[in-house]
Amino acid sequence: MKNNQSYEEFIKGVWRDNPVFAQVLGMCPMLAVTNSAVNAVAMGMATFFVLVGSSFLVSSFRNWIPKQVRISCFIIIIATFVTIADYTLLALVPKVHKELGAFIPLIVANCLILGRQEAFASRYPTRLAVMDAVGMATGFLLALFSLGAVREILGDGALFGVKLFGANFEPWVIMILPPGGFLTLGVILLFFNWFKFKKDEFLEDVAEAERSGH
Amino acid sequence: MTAGANRETVTPSSLRLVLTLAIAGLISGIAIIGIYESTLPTITANKARELREAVFKVLPGVSQMQALVYRDGELVVVEEAKKDEPVVYGGYDDSREFVGYAVPAAGPGFQDTIAILYGYQPAQKLVVGMEVLESRETPGLGDKIYKDAEFVGGFSALSIDPEIVAVKKGTSSNANEIDAITGATISSKAIVRIINETHTAWSGKLPAPGSEPSIKASEPTSAEGGQ
Repeated sequence: MKNNQSYEEFIKGVWRDNPVFAQVLGMCPMLAVTNSAVNAVAMGMATFFVLVGSSFLVSSFRNWIPKQVRISCFIIIIATFVTIADYTLLALVPKVHKELGAFIPLIVANCLILGRQEAFASRYPTRLAVMDAVGMATGFLLALFSLGAVREILGDGALFGVKLFGANFEPWVIMILPPGGFLTLGVILLFFNWFKFKKDEFLEDVAEAERSGH
Repeated sequence: MTAGANRETVTPSSLRLVLTLAIAGLISGIAIIGIYESTLPTITANKARELREAVFKVLPGVSQMQALVYRDGELVVVEEAKKDEPVVYGGYDDSREFVGYAVPAAGPGFQDTIAILYGYQPAQKLVVGMEVLESRETPGLGDKIYKDAEFVGGFSALSIDPEIVAVKKGTSSNANEIDAITGATISSKAIVRIINETHTAWSGKLPAPGSEPSIKASEPTSAEGGQ
């Protein structure tokens, strides 16, 4: 039962309540840094680190933090993790850090992270909070990656910098420019909603069939 | 959601609120200083290495370098340039002969500031190399200014007398003309403009060819990145 709940908290972030496709949170990094798969993954990993770290601390100290100053405390915790991620990236992978530029410090302002602290981590035991954070961050990482991959393949004919097509491929440059982000996100959201709609329809059909069967 | 399960019902004292924030801030501050101090050597080393590699790239044949700044009417050798002070790097070959200057330059591109380093040979008034240090030009278009080998290679022996001119691709005929990149005209023209402007700014300050300052230390550690 216990493990079940952990798994449930994990999988809801990856799929059912995916922060991007279901909750439409964190749009700023989503649209800004997904012009290549590498950037998207680096951003996803940095967010993963910040979200899991903050959720762990916020949940561990949830009984000590008075609710009047909780938002300030959450932001202090988040900002500390972001600074750590910023310097670590700068020291270890200066090239990626250069590409992501101002968007690393801006993770502080990602509403997904503060949202999870306020809605989940500050109310639940540490184990569940960490599972929730891992799930949400994985969902965010997957969303960033799918957008980055689509945009890089269409816009540059490459994935992770490896050329996929021959010289005859004419890159669809708009896909790596800002409008491409909106277009890709729109199409993916459309797909997700269509899928959800179809699933509900299917479940209804099953229920109907069961009722008439008995 | 089991909202408020762990929330306190009594209002905590102001002192407690202040203390909570103070402690959180203190711990956060210590953590940030810790990570800053522990990554600083790597970051500085990375920057210095990047600069050295760039200098050696834009000045073929160079094996030693030193930072030079213009103070009181002449070019002097410094260990480290002051912040915001224009600096050039003198490049010297194995026999300590002066080869050329590596000049950091920056200016507006299509999206954001482009920072470059170019190699300059004063004797023949030639630009002998160009390396983009920092740019946020559009991926796939403007980023060709450093990904297009033909464009970058065009700066290997380019006359800057009186100035470089960017022309339509395939039409360069004079020694001071370079082919702009199709689809990245603004970014390639920006590079040319940045070099021209920086060249004009330095032209009165560099000593006459042949009287450049000789190299001081045998292997000076490079100064902080002059961006």
